[in-house]
Amino acid sequence: MKHFVDLFESLDQTTKTNERVSSLVHYLDKVNDQDKLWTIALLSGKRPKRAVNSSHMKEWAAEIAGIPMSLFEETYHVVGDMAETISLLISNDQSLIEKSLSEWMGEVIALKGESDEVKKTFVTNVWKKVNRRERFVFNKLIGGSFRVGVSQKTMVKALAKYTEIEESELAHRLMGNWTPETHSYDELILTRTGTEDHSKPYPFFLAYPLDETSDFTANPKVWIAERKWDGIRGQLIKRNDEIYIWTRGEELVTDKYPELLQFDLPNGVALDGEILAYKNGKPLGFNDLQKRIGRKTVAKKLLQDIPVVFLSYDLMEMDGNDIRQDALVSRRDRLKKLVEEVNHQSLLFSEEVAFQNEEDISSERENARHYQTEGLMIKRRDSTYQVGRKRGDWWKWKVEPLVIDAVLIYAMRGHGRRANLFTDYTFAVWNEGELVPFTKAYSGLTDQEFRQVDRFVRNNLIEKFGPVRSVKPELVFEIAFEGIAESSRHKSGIALRFPRMSRWRKDKVPEEANSLSDLKSLLKSYG
Amino acid sequence: MGQLLSFTDKGIFCEQGDFYIDPWRPVKNAIITHGHSDHSRLGHTNYLTHTDSTPILKHRLGTISVEGIKYRESFFKNGVKVSLHPAGHILGSAQVRVEHKGEVWVASGDYKTGPDPVAEAFEPVKCHTFITECTFGLPVFRWPAEKSVIEEVESWWRSNIQQNKVSLLCAYALGKAQRVLSLIDPTIGPIYVHGAVHSINAIHRDGGFLEEDFPYLSNSIDKESLRDALIVAPPSAAGSTWANKLKPLSVAMASGWMLLRGSKRRRNVDRGFILSDHADWDGLNAAIKETGAENIICTHGYTDQYAEWLRYIGYNAYTEKTLFEGESIDENVAKE
Ligand SMILES: [Zn+2]
Repeated sequence: MKHFVDLFESLDQTTKTNERVSSLVHYLDKVNDQDKLWTIALLSGKRPKRAVNSSHMKEWAAEIAGIPMSLFEETYHVVGDMAETISLLISNDQSLIEKSLSEWMGEVIALKGESDEVKKTFVTNVWKKVNRRERFVFNKLIGGSFRVGVSQKTMVKALAKYTEIEESELAHRLMGNWTPETHSYDELILTRTGTEDHSKPYPFFLAYPLDETSDFTANPKVWIAERKWDGIRGQLIKRNDEIYIWTRGEELVTDKYPELLQFDLPNGVALDGEILAYKNGKPLGFNDLQKRIGRKTVAKKLLQDIPVVFLSYDLMEMDGNDIRQDALVSRRDRLKKLVEEVNHQSLLFSEEVAFQNEEDISSERENARHYQTEGLMIKRRDSTYQVGRKRGDWWKWKVEPLVIDAVLIYAMRGHGRRANLFTDYTFAVWNEGELVPFTKAYSGLTDQEFRQVDRFVRNNLIEKFGPVRSVKPELVFEIAFEGIAESSRHKSGIALRFPRMSRWRKDKVPEEANSLSDLKSLLKSYG
Repeated sequence: MGQLLSFTDKGIFCEQGDFYIDPWRPVKNAIITHGHSDHSRLGHTNYLTHTDSTPILKHRLGTISVEGIKYRESFFKNGVKVSLHPAGHILGSAQVRVEHKGEVWVASGDYKTGPDPVAEAFEPVKCHTFITECTFGLPVFRWPAEKSVIEEVESWWRSNIQQNKVSLLCAYALGKAQRVLSLIDPTIGPIYVHGAVHSINAIHRDGGFLEEDFPYLSNSIDKESLRDALIVAPPSAAGSTWANKLKPLSVAMASGWMLLRGSKRRRNVDRGFILSDHADWDGLNAAIKETGAENIICTHGYTDQYAEWLRYIGYNAYTEKTLFEGESIDENVAKE
């Protein structure tokens, strides 16, 4: 596993794409095909199901290190990463086992279904016989998420350089349901074409946030606008009489949405669109959709309460042909016709939002919440359907966030990059003379502001509850968020979507913060 | 009459002897453990410290009234017996031993138990109550051997030479910089130092603690001649315009925090070397055990967590709030 550990470290040591690509190419050059495939799988998030649960790992590590669980938890909180915490806690630093990545993966997979006793013996034995760096990577392999900050794009770039196969073709070959156990490197990467596997989706084309380089209002005629729906991006495919539904995270979710299996699509089509909770002719909130996302099997009652539709906006394949190189308007014309022919309440078409000038389109954007949408999508009429996140032809233009001024009342230390600083805050608004907590927020301040708040927290502690510190209610922050919904899980009765600190209101005293009734009126208008 | 040493809003106070240890507000009599700025502040009437610390204090604080004494040399102040003992932290760093009517307290300031070519090795001092830092008081902090870290620095420097990059190593100007400069192989290439390091080096050379006079990096030095060079600068240099002028360059940081991936990312440097002038987890535990003390007071760092651990293994341990900072992840200019 030495090569893989080296690769992991060199990827971790740089953020520069070019250096990462060259580390990857260098690595691919050195290892066997089976290791290559496992590496590709791991870096694209295709990790086998967790074989050992994390609470067991914590217990075993604490036991070997001879520390109480509470100290393990405090330490883990500072380090911010469990694999790293355990790798540092155990003291052996000799490397006494030499196995390839695929051999390790084989053993890890075989562990699934074994008794806790067998798992413990295996895991703790490895911990004591590998060095700190290997232990860290091993922990990543047996549990936790395997993220090294290498994007799919970077990996595909490296693989393209190494195999001399086109990037977009490789991206397509890597889509879909494969694992190193079911496929070989040879068939997946070198010999297969994208269409051999009937379920295989196309890589999604993703938009950047709108910025001044778009200048779309200069010539509105070459652009179309659509609403930016607040659901899950999905791809609906029918080939060989089978329907496949993929999410953007490349998860196959066909069985979760039975509504979408009831209409009759022709064979050889791939539609891009949004899986959306939708009832009585209008979208429901994302909170409702959330209740469907988690469920494997869907109860009748839930189907009635929160039905979903597929709101389509693009077409990548028609009559079995890849039409991604055609112009957007032509793809959409065919899509619209297709949706009309199918004529079913669960398959919809995302209509254009007409506009003549900047004023029209800006007011449409401001209205976004009335349609339960996040803003607008702006796309060039002649754009092709590209691979991954690209600038230029597609833009997302989100509505301005909602804001509320709130008082900081609790703080916790941050993780990882912010270990040791108090950066996780809880905020409150006024209700009948009392401060009621309603949201947490962790982001939005500069490093310098975080350090200032950290100092304030340290000097103004009131009480400790475990890792949480209550703080003198003095600092006021503007909290920005994308949406608001009712929630029975929160004391305040309210849940925010994507809350973050947008401004430190140094000009305000706590008495000037907003109240719970302000929040409730936002809920009434936008919830 | 309260405790022999108490924690007040001015600092650690010995009422019986009428002096403070490392006070953070102006007082009449201050005993100073070492020359870092969070322990030696401006404004006291009389300073007393180790002889090797006196030039450091004068350099940092200007004209002050300071008396230097040797390690293990004791004196009495109103019946309180006071002596200094090596803390192994930086040049002249001392633990303060205080004794009155048979009761012994030791305030250790900052300390490390590992080797250092410049600082005299940490000496365990028997006492009843031990005041300890715990900057790295969590069980994940265990330092690799100094020798292997220096080898890593050297191979990083060599590989930068191959890639035509200048090597910029950031380390505290007082202590760590001299430690690295004493240990690194000077035959690999030319070595330059930042002005802040240069003036501290001079103090070390005057005392015979550093042999070579590493030239300070002035504007007149031709950029081409820096291609093979190692430049040692304080942490504030990382990402500064001063450093950017040296590009192409590789920036490294020498700090105990570099053990954690998260803090390495936070400092946004190309390389991190795990080198600290503070005791690691094993060092803290060993040092405390050797004092034979029953009562342990944790003053800075992971105080709550470490005191809880000490109670778990049977000590009477608690925390006191101070303004000491130890080794900071976000170190900038505070301790130059
Ligand atoms: Zn210090």
